[in-house]
Amino acid sequence: MKKYTITVNNKPHEVEAEPDVPLLWILRDYLGLKGTKFGCGIAACGACTVHLNNNPVRSCQLRIATLPAGAKITTIEGIGTAAPHPIQKAWIELQVPQCGYCQSGQIMSAVALLAKRPMPSDKDIDAALAGNLCRCGTYDRIRKAIHLAAENPKL
Amino acid sequence: MSINDNFLRTGRRAFIKQASLATLGLVIGVDSFSKIRNISGQNGTLDNFEVSPFILIGVDNTITIVNPRNDMGQGTLHAVPAMIAEELEVSLAQIKIIQSDGQSKYGAQTSGNSSSIRRLWLPLRTAGAATKEMLIKAAAHRWNVAQTECYAREARVFKKGSDASLAYGELAEEASKLEVPTNPVLKNPADFNIIGKAIKRAEIPARTTGKAIYGIDIAVAGMVYASILHSPMIFGIPVTINDSDALKIPGVLRVIKCERKMIHRDAESVAVIATNWWAAVKGRNALKVQWDNANLNEALDTDDYFQRCYAQVKAEGINHHELGDFSKKFNTATSRLECTYETPFLSHAPIEPENTTAHVKVDGSVEIWAPIQGPGETLPDVANYLNLPVEKIKIHTILMGGSFGRKAYIDFVKEACFLSREVNAPVKVIWTREDDISQGPYRPGMLSRMQGFLEEGKITGFHHHIIGESILRQVFKGLPDDEADPWMGEELRDNTRYAFKTSRKVSWTNVKTEVPIMWWRSVNASNLAWGQECFFDELAHLAGKDPLAARLELLEDERFIKVLKTLAEKSDYYATATPGTGKGVALFKAFGTICACCVTVSTNNGGIKIDKVVSVIDCGMYVSADTVRAQTEGNIVMGLSAAIKGGITFKEGVCQQSNFNNYPVLRMNEMPAVEVFIMENREAPGGVGEAGLPPVAPALGNAIFAASGVRVRNLPIDITTLMKD
Repeated sequence: MKKYTITVNNKPHEVEAEPDVPLLWILRDYLGLKGTKFGCGIAACGACTVHLNNNPVRSCQLRIATLPAGAKITTIEGIGTAAPHPIQKAWIELQVPQCGYCQSGQIMSAVALLAKRPMPSDKDIDAALAGNLCRCGTYDRIRKAIHLAAENPKL
Repeated sequence: MSINDNFLRTGRRAFIKQASLATLGLVIGVDSFSKIRNISGQNGTLDNFEVSPFILIGVDNTITIVNPRNDMGQGTLHAVPAMIAEELEVSLAQIKIIQSDGQSKYGAQTSGNSSSIRRLWLPLRTAGAATKEMLIKAAAHRWNVAQTECYAREARVFKKGSDASLAYGELAEEASKLEVPTNPVLKNPADFNIIGKAIKRAEIPARTTGKAIYGIDIAVAGMVYASILHSPMIFGIPVTINDSDALKIPGVLRVIKCERKMIHRDAESVAVIATNWWAAVKGRNALKVQWDNANLNEALDTDDYFQRCYAQVKAEGINHHELGDFSKKFNTATSRLECTYETPFLSHAPIEPENTTAHVKVDGSVEIWAPIQGPGETLPDVANYLNLPVEKIKIHTILMGGSFGRKAYIDFVKEACFLSREVNAPVKVIWTREDDISQGPYRPGMLSRMQGFLEEGKITGFHHHIIGESILRQVFKGLPDDEADPWMGEELRDNTRYAFKTSRKVSWTNVKTEVPIMWWRSVNASNLAWGQECFFDELAHLAGKDPLAARLELLEDERFIKVLKTLAEKSDYYATATPGTGKGVALFKAFGTICACCVTVSTNNGGIKIDKVVSVIDCGMYVSADTVRAQTEGNIVMGLSAAIKGGITFKEGVCQQSNFNNYPVLRMNEMPAVEVFIMENREAPGGVGEAGLPPVAPALGNAIFAASGVRVRNLPIDITTLMKD
């Protein structure tokens, strides 16, 4: 076991863990941040998407020991803390979630997309969200909600 | 969702034979809430009044409604309490919702069979209305006025023509002593404030912040984690278990031989218990287990199964029903057609994998936290499994991160119970995605052998020969060899409404397999619609008729006709198609709901691009239009995944798919435009969780033919290479 210090949602945490534990399980089982979900374990579904230095990554593939020094992790719990993020508001406005299990990952991908491309095209959305599976089938609403949030940043 | 209409009747019979689910299928009615109980508060004072099992009114005016249909994304967390709130005259903002815990007083509690609204529509509204009448009666007594001088609104009773009002909490004790009215007056739908109104689902915000709690998120003090190595051939028996490497992994506590109780058959497995789940998975991967697989390499083989199915296509099946002498006419018909359609085995693959936390305590009591579709059926089943009275078992019904039928099959719940009893601690079992996809049970793969003929240019003879494995036979051991599967037979008999004037026939041949099967969203309808609706298209073309017009020509039921005409209009069906594009339609009724679908495709570099899907759904009255649309959108996506993504195959005993890399489902970049239209009427509510799925694949198949002339009869379709073959 080794000690690691990681910054999650702007808060430093000290974790004692085996070096190969994926960030996903550090977040969920060591830090109790359960909003990030397990879906496949092979980066094929996107349910575990978090931001590493503002870029969306699959936390099931990131071993705790391989996190870059000073890495800043943002999880769904770090989104819309002061007031709901426009993406979250758009998600509510269009009633996007069905079961909602994949939505943390969808929202993390969407928030990262809007930060880079404030007015994304459908192709941009396809590229940014293609890695996030939704078995309930909310894709059409996700697409519309991203456009809604982009067009109404003060939603 | 899922589970055919007859599941509760026939399934129940089959279950009782196995003495496992004796209380399955209890009917919730007015009589089920005739008992009034006061619930003692923690300090021994009366503070809550249970006027019906589903309604608790606190003296502090808190109103708690019990939801007996767990939410897997289908919206019951909103729609089911809404039915009570409407008649009780409380707003949704005023209620607290809790999940039923399986106790028999709540009646049947399975979110299945698309039953939540259509089965609870009258019982839960009646419960709300009766409670409201009792509260009004108590207020009228308090004010010494006639009940007709009082009315209820927003959890208060008001006295007409005055400012006087009383909160429900102030009336609850008195009301609870009154006789429960057996025939309370239900509201006229024209007066509904909640049902049918555009009200946002209260639980949605929590599903956008990561705060919603799913089964996999449960944490209990002292909990250990388990990952279970199931047999690669599902029913293999571990002969030797070498756990020395597994036990060296930090965090691994124990390795235990485990059992998997499937409904029809038991399987054996090896569980690794650890202080965290990652360690448990590593331990499981380090196990060296030798399995006795007997003849499973032959028994679990989908190619072999389909070969045996195809060997039956020319044979005579067992008739389920036949009007007119089909064969006699078919043999002499000059204009006729016969062909075979194939559907694959499918995995449910909810994004939240199977999981349960269970604590079998030393005092003989049990607590279970599980994302399950049916706590009411799980409770007696688990009690029987653990040989404990149901009173000893407390089930916490937790939100499901998707299910599609799978979490009404509780093998994973029993695994957690088994392991907790073994290790004397709360155990959390989480399946890997590989467990989920390669262990089943699956939607069965089937064949539809279709025959039909024309007379004077009209489709007058139609024969659907269903060939394959039966859920009733394999899972419930409830189908004799000399009988046609009644679930599938009745589904077609009752829901196929084309007036084939000369003969219609449904026959059945059971081809058995050990590949474990179960109900999957829309159950048999997803298999049967493919053959029926594509073959109808083929016959329409044989008759030289437009397929949609040919359907209208044979429909007599006004609701079906309206749905199809609405679809034609909304999809702009009759607009002139540009070359290389095509539209296809399909129509199917399931779970009391009619759904028609139009898919538009275009040819694209030797493949096919799905441009648009339009669905029209007639589910009668509904609680939430947005939920009806959401479910229908979801059914379009799942129906497309089933149509164009890989199925499940077994080769020499082993499932060939293991994760989303080789069992792909539809992704954002493959998502066509979708539009959903709801027919507005005052018909009795139908189910909406599944009915949108069956017509999707055949509408696509028919669109591909319209665009390209290629007739696809086997699913899944590789649309990227279709035209290159």
